[in-house]
Amino acid sequence: MKLSRIVPLMAAGLLILPAAAMAKGMPQLDFSTPLTLSQVVWGAIVFIVLYIMLSKTGLPMVASVLEERATKIAKDLNEARAAKASADAGMAEADQATAKARAESQAAINAALEQAKNAAAAQAETLNARLEKQLHDAETQIAGARASAMSAIRQVASETAATVVTRLTGLSPDPARVDNAVASALAARGLG
Amino acid sequence: MAAEGSNSIDALGQFQLHSALGAVGGSVNFTQSNLMMVIASVGVLAFLYLGMKPRAMVPGRLQAAAELGYETIMSMCVETIGGHEGKKFFPFVFTLFFFILFGNLLGVFPLFFTFTSHVMVTLALSLTVFILVTVVGIKEHGLHWFTYFVPQGIPKALAPLMVTIEVISYLSRIISLSVRLFANMMAGHVMLEVFGSFIVMLGGLGLLGYFPAALSLGVNTLLIGFELLVATLQAYVFAILTCIYLHDAVHLH
Repeated sequence: MKLSRIVPLMAAGLLILPAAAMAKGMPQLDFSTPLTLSQVVWGAIVFIVLYIMLSKTGLPMVASVLEERATKIAKDLNEARAAKASADAGMAEADQATAKARAESQAAINAALEQAKNAAAAQAETLNARLEKQLHDAETQIAGARASAMSAIRQVASETAATVVTRLTGLSPDPARVDNAVASALAARGLG
Repeated sequence: MAAEGSNSIDALGQFQLHSALGAVGGSVNFTQSNLMMVIASVGVLAFLYLGMKPRAMVPGRLQAAAELGYETIMSMCVETIGGHEGKKFFPFVFTLFFFILFGNLLGVFPLFFTFTSHVMVTLALSLTVFILVTVVGIKEHGLHWFTYFVPQGIPKALAPLMVTIEVISYLSRIISLSVRLFANMMAGHVMLEVFGSFIVMLGGLGLLGYFPAALSLGVNTLLIGFELLVATLQAYVFAILTCIYLHDAVHLH
């Protein structure tokens, strides 16, 4: 056979086919054999058995695995959430502790500062008091010295005056008169 | 199953039923179609049992596939039918989908029979769905269910006509559901048979026939891929239509 015959043959094959099928009749619609209907009965039995086995064992098996997984994932998620919450709480606690420690140390610093300030103030006060006292003592001493000096002046002045009078006149003056004169002279000058 | 003679293509012979399992099967008219149903059912069960056997927290390939199958059908039921009822009908839709899917896919293998290419089988399946949908509708809504056939807001004069049309369209679900699956599977297998016969016939012609024979082989290779698509798609269409019908029965419109 040549190619020129093959191509029409192929085309004819495709065209004739449905017609031939109709002429011969489809095996699917051949009811002369009981097999066409018996396969439906057996098919129903197989289908029902498959349905029962799937719905009783096969599908619940898959469902249980899927459910197990969903439960596990939910549990793990919850655990992770709890862990995160406790971590957050710990973090907050640490923050709080830090803040508290900072506040405490600040308070301690302030107290120490205050104490030092007070101590310094007290020290300064005692020092001042001491200085005051020393000043006072010194002043008293000066006043005493001055007073004693002043009292000495009268005697010296009296003796000096008596000596001067003796040298000038050759007479020894009456000590009481000299003393009176000196005393009045000193009083006149504000030193008596 | 190649052509008998070199000049005639027996595209329909592959759909011929004969009894299987020897004399015992013959005595109860157990056909090779039923044998394939059993193989498909065992396949579905093995898919779940072997897949879920590890019960792994992180699933392996087969377990992931089994879970994917489960969750796909589950979400289809829940989304299409609605939460509670969806879960109720899930085992039925799952059985339906995987029974048809395994039947379709196994049929693509050489020497295997495709039971979904028999209109009586698909008709039985669609009748099951139809009866289930009707029973659920009446159980759920009582006589009120019959208002399903009366479209809202139509003139009273048109009511008889509209109701007739609605009833016919409702009844035609049986035919459309079964013929869609059966015709798709049959057409695919006829095409495979025709091009398979071409390979044999043209290859026997000698040197001149080698090229068209190779071409037919290429076409058949593509057809096999296409058949895998159709097999999956038709199983999905059957399942989703069942879900939609169940939704209508449960919710009325």
